[in-house]
Amino acid sequence: MTTTVPRPPTRLSVRDRLLRLAETVTTPLLPEDYLDLVAPLRAGAALRGRVVAVDAETRDAATLTIQPGRAWRGHTAGQYVRLGVDVDGVRQWRAYSVTSAPGRPDGRICVTVKAIPDGKVSNHLVRRVRPGAMVQLDQAQGDFVLPDPAPARVLFLTAGSGVTPVMGMLRAGAHTRSHVVVVHSAPTPADVVFGAELRALAAQGAIRLVERHTDIDGLLGVDELAGLVPDHLERETWACGPVGMLDAVEEHWRAGGAAQRLHTERFRPTVISPGEGGTVTFTRVGLSVQADGATPILDAGEAAGALMPSGCRMGICYGCVLPLRQGAVRDLRTGDVTTAVPGDGVLIQTCVSAAAGTCDIDL
Amino acid sequence: MTVIQKKPDNPIAHLSAEDIEILGKELDAIRDRVIAERGEADARYIRKVIKTQRTLEMSSRAVLLFSLFPPAWVVGTAGLAVAKILENMEIGHNILHGQYDFMRDPKIHSTTWEWDHVSPADQWKHSHNQLHHTYTNVLGKDNDLGYGIMRVDEDQKWHPMHLGQPLWNFLNACFFEYGIAAYDLELGRNLQKGRHKAPEFRARARAVGRKIRRQVLKDYIVHPLLSGPSFLSTLAATFTANLIRNLWSHSVIMCGHFPNGVETFEKTSIEGETRGEWYLRQMLGSANISGSRLMHIMTGNLSFQIEHHLFPDLPSKRYQEIAPQVRALFDRYGLKYTTGPLPKQVASAWWKVIRLSLPNRTPAAPKAVDDLSTRTLAPSGA
Repeated sequence: MTTTVPRPPTRLSVRDRLLRLAETVTTPLLPEDYLDLVAPLRAGAALRGRVVAVDAETRDAATLTIQPGRAWRGHTAGQYVRLGVDVDGVRQWRAYSVTSAPGRPDGRICVTVKAIPDGKVSNHLVRRVRPGAMVQLDQAQGDFVLPDPAPARVLFLTAGSGVTPVMGMLRAGAHTRSHVVVVHSAPTPADVVFGAELRALAAQGAIRLVERHTDIDGLLGVDELAGLVPDHLERETWACGPVGMLDAVEEHWRAGGAAQRLHTERFRPTVISPGEGGTVTFTRVGLSVQADGATPILDAGEAAGALMPSGCRMGICYGCVLPLRQGAVRDLRTGDVTTAVPGDGVLIQTCVSAAAGTCDIDL
Repeated sequence: MTVIQKKPDNPIAHLSAEDIEILGKELDAIRDRVIAERGEADARYIRKVIKTQRTLEMSSRAVLLFSLFPPAWVVGTAGLAVAKILENMEIGHNILHGQYDFMRDPKIHSTTWEWDHVSPADQWKHSHNQLHHTYTNVLGKDNDLGYGIMRVDEDQKWHPMHLGQPLWNFLNACFFEYGIAAYDLELGRNLQKGRHKAPEFRARARAVGRKIRRQVLKDYIVHPLLSGPSFLSTLAATFTANLIRNLWSHSVIMCGHFPNGVETFEKTSIEGETRGEWYLRQMLGSANISGSRLMHIMTGNLSFQIEHHLFPDLPSKRYQEIAPQVRALFDRYGLKYTTGPLPKQVASAWWKVIRLSLPNRTPAAPKAVDDLSTRTLAPSGA
């Protein structure tokens, strides 16, 4: 893991000299590999965090309080953070909105996770993770945030766990700067994540809250919005929820000539439905080939003229491993499907993996 | 040993081509079962071994700062030797095999790992994972058979140079990591064929040079210097620790393919080899070491060489678990599962090195006649 970064030929500071000396002692590892054993959250360490509390929100949602390492640069209300979680020993990355207000004195952040059926990571986080667990983090990102100065009138239109970025904005005081209406859908009153907190804000008159309980009253149609929030098209609107809802909302705002006032966050687990074969793109060499579901990606790449790393060609030597940037591949030996979403870079053995849909390979 | 195809009592003559394919399916099923279970326990295990190893290495090096005091020298040297053995065997070898790639942890991955060894991980992965594990025990293909400096099979041609091979083997054992680096570079062959000026070879040689410099700087310069008045005794300690690690790993690795009972194969026998035949070659081409749990950890579970060669990318701790199932297959298919305690296997391997330093007493089996050279692993299926 020793990587030698060329340094400019300037005079080295004492700290750099010491670091260099430490590197000569720890080679082939880096000093950080030893420091990580005792102080994984120290300044200069790769960004990660420790779960300090797990609190149930509803029967299938929980809030994780995380102490990020010193490298955490903070977030803006409404942004999300990518979490790398080891589930059954395998690292999985997912994005979750930060639900705590920025700048907590203890430096901690909260994410609120709703367990989705068959969701590997969400179920692990809601039901199995315990305080003390370490998670990998990325810096906060996303532009689903309130502008400065704040608009006079705001509508938050959410469903299910789509309320999480909005809660982050409310906790950061969005209602103190704008007139806020929240229209939120959930199956039943008990399923409303942050139900008590939202209702308390409404009771104080800080926000206007419209709850829709879809098990009882059915899904909220966009045509009902005019009755519920007559000025909704004039409000600066942030919408977050399932794909179907967002599609309808975008169409409605476009038809109303207010598309520029609508901001959406598509919060959905990336659905990659694996099929047989597909287009394989070697991203760095800029080469695309059609490969069927029985052809190893290694063979497909070579046939197309890509200079593929290779070895035993039977799945034992790991000489052909390349990152799958996005898409799905099937292990030709076991039939197991591996999927990757942008940002993942799952390393796969190209000699025993076939395309199971469109996939991008980092070569 | 003589290549299996020339043996008068070919140990696989009783197997039909169909038997071998069914055997392959049964081994695939064992592999599938392990993969289905592979997960958190394996991740926890390797992280624990890594943590133990790093703690042991750093504390041993700290103790060695005071190596002028004999008890500190003994404790520090022993600790460092054990740490280096763990690092090379249970951690480095196995991670570089991709056994833990399933974790998707970039810090514990075959593509990013570098080890406490003078051969750069990349070069070792090529010669070991790719050549040795694919062509296991095929004469003329698997250079691990004598590492190109020794004759360990009757069917390897004798040369007067082989008279010295007990000595070469001893020297190779003492400086094993350098032996491996030279071997991974194919130093002998490249020099002989005048390829030492080829840019590809020079780039690889430079990488080895860099790796050697870093290793030497750490063990023989910086660490002794940091020990101040204990400079010389720390130097002696790190040298001793490397020597112990080299002797140990050399012994373990000799036990993998050299002891009596291990079979070798002709080059032509692997043409068109099926998955089942490949498995069969791995089964007969490797030997285990019996012993305690500690012994297995210290050999990086290469004491389960047979299981390792069948499934090189399964987490090493699983080999012990599947060994009874694998052994039952050997019994059912009438094959010899070669195993024995470490001293016996080391002695057996050494005896072979000594015995074969002399030319064969009787001429080796006749040069392959037509029907032999076209024979595949499954004689009845050929």
